[in-house]
Amino acid sequence: MNKITNNKAWFLVLPVFFIVAISAIIPLMTVVNYSVQDIFDPQTRFFVGTEWFEQVLGDSRLHDALIRQIIYTLSVLFIEIPLGIAVALTLPRKGWGVSASMVLLALPLLIPWNVVGTIWQIFGRADIGLGGYVINLLGIDYNYSQNPMDAWVTVLVMDVWHWTSLIVLLCYAGLRSIPDAYYQAAKIDGASRWAVFRFIQLPKMQSVLVIGVLLRFMDSFMIYTEPFVLTGGGPGNATTFLSQFLTRMAVGQFDLGPAAAFSLVYFLIILLVCWVFYTVVMNAGKREEQ
Amino acid sequence: MTLTLENISKTVGGESHIDDVSMTLEPGSFNVLLGRTLAGKTTLMRIMAGLEPPSSGRILVDNVDVTGMAVQKRNVAMVYQQFINYPSMNVYDNIASPLKLQGVAKAEIDKRVRSTAELMHIEHLLDRLPQELSGGQQQRTAMARAMVKDCKLLLLDEPLVNLDYKLREELREEIPNLLAERDTIVVYATTEPMEALLLGGKCAVMHEGRVTQFGPTTQVYHNPAFVETGLIFSDPPINLVDAEVRDGAIFMKSGHQVPLAGHLSGLSNGKYTLGIRANHLSVDPTGDNTIAMQGQVELAEITGSETFVHVHFNDVSWVIQEEGVHNPRLGEATSFYVDPTRLFAFDANGKLVAAPPVEISNGKAA
Repeated sequence: MNKITNNKAWFLVLPVFFIVAISAIIPLMTVVNYSVQDIFDPQTRFFVGTEWFEQVLGDSRLHDALIRQIIYTLSVLFIEIPLGIAVALTLPRKGWGVSASMVLLALPLLIPWNVVGTIWQIFGRADIGLGGYVINLLGIDYNYSQNPMDAWVTVLVMDVWHWTSLIVLLCYAGLRSIPDAYYQAAKIDGASRWAVFRFIQLPKMQSVLVIGVLLRFMDSFMIYTEPFVLTGGGPGNATTFLSQFLTRMAVGQFDLGPAAAFSLVYFLIILLVCWVFYTVVMNAGKREEQ
Repeated sequence: MTLTLENISKTVGGESHIDDVSMTLEPGSFNVLLGRTLAGKTTLMRIMAGLEPPSSGRILVDNVDVTGMAVQKRNVAMVYQQFINYPSMNVYDNIASPLKLQGVAKAEIDKRVRSTAELMHIEHLLDRLPQELSGGQQQRTAMARAMVKDCKLLLLDEPLVNLDYKLREELREEIPNLLAERDTIVVYATTEPMEALLLGGKCAVMHEGRVTQFGPTTQVYHNPAFVETGLIFSDPPINLVDAEVRDGAIFMKSGHQVPLAGHLSGLSNGKYTLGIRANHLSVDPTGDNTIAMQGQVELAEITGSETFVHVHFNDVSWVIQEEGVHNPRLGEATSFYVDPTRLFAFDANGKLVAAPPVEISNGKAA
């Protein structure tokens, strides 16, 4: 076969090159550039090698933020996934209830992050917020702006409120795709409700659940807006997660070198976890194709 | 066990799905439910199984009323159009699952699973997951799951429809043999006349929620009691033409004349519908008494071994089944021949009044 060459084709590829360069490669290389230099002003800078990386990796505040972040993300997954499955199982399968519940569930997903933060910031206040007022009325001393635990829980509840719907919708779609004949077959066998869930519904939801976990992991690992709006990462450092920490370092203190080094580490962590997930998803997909 | 349906009807939201069905299924019999899509085959099977209660009527097992009894207590098994297996269990556990739920001893389970798997030719696949199997193997697993139970009633709802041609033929040949030595009542739903004939046994023809005819399959094929039965139990559907008997002859609406002889000689004057199956029409004169007709070729479907020529004449469309590959030009006028000894006659109400005598062998597939 003769290969057809036409150099005009390069012009068609150029826009993509241009966009990717502007949006990804140049910023990333700038960060790499910052991470190995100490910059005082545009004329004065020193090459420092891996010094920033060493400093950042040894920073105990970063370790704290990372641990906080991991606990937070795991909590998000452990609450939202089972809760999402449970809600999806109880949703109606036909009738007007389907559209009604779909609309109700989709509502939180439509609200922008910072608005969610504001809603809960007001809702949780003991003086003017309904939620905070009621909780205090119940005799629980709740104040997210002073008690670290309260702030942490509030951010978690916020995320659960905002994103459980996503898991519900994904699971519901998975459940709906199970042919009725499976349930009939189980009924004929005399299988229990638990057996139907364990051996029919759960395996059939597997692929959507992997996607759900992936999305929720990435998103919660990069959480920024909610704690920023609620308490700005406080009280103390209770709700300072990785991106909050990074922003404070880069924009607050203008420590561009360490911030750049940390950005790269952060990037690599997410890349690594996503790669692991991706491999799992692809393997699961392959198993199904066979 | 004998399963008796007594005046079973099922209405859903004011719409009649099953309309006054009564039939008795003999112990160990093989019964085919033949009908088009939406004829009510699946609903009737679900009622037989006990998955759905009938709106009215009774279901008797050995003369005991079981109408309201839960499906788990009835000892039935069902195989579906889709390949239904537990996705996370391997083939062995899938086949074993109904026995485990019945609380059968482990050694006994093992023995029965292995023998059933062998019967279905999947003994080498016991460790695989359903996703790792081909469609045919998945359906074999589902059938093994149904058969391992030793149930009294086995319902097969178009089990071969999602398989490709070769696998379908293979399983279709096996099914009657697999079930031959059992005392199980088998009910097999299908839309294909050919499948009903190949499976044999008894055949119930369903149309719009009614069982229009129930009897030995070949007998139903040779004597379709109604025009509808003839249409359902022929592929392509039986060719029909309006006709009138007067002055000692039959006059088709198309102007052709058929002598009032042979099996048709008993017809009295009046209006009739004549029917003839596609394989009894020919583009070549086959005998001395054939009636020549003219028509326009509308379409020719070539299946490989056969060609279906659609012809149009006097507002009537017929299909001629010819062996071999033919390539008639579309729109072209063509002659074809009707063998009057193969004509069915239905009266004005669509009831069969004369059927051709059953040939023992005529060279062509019936």
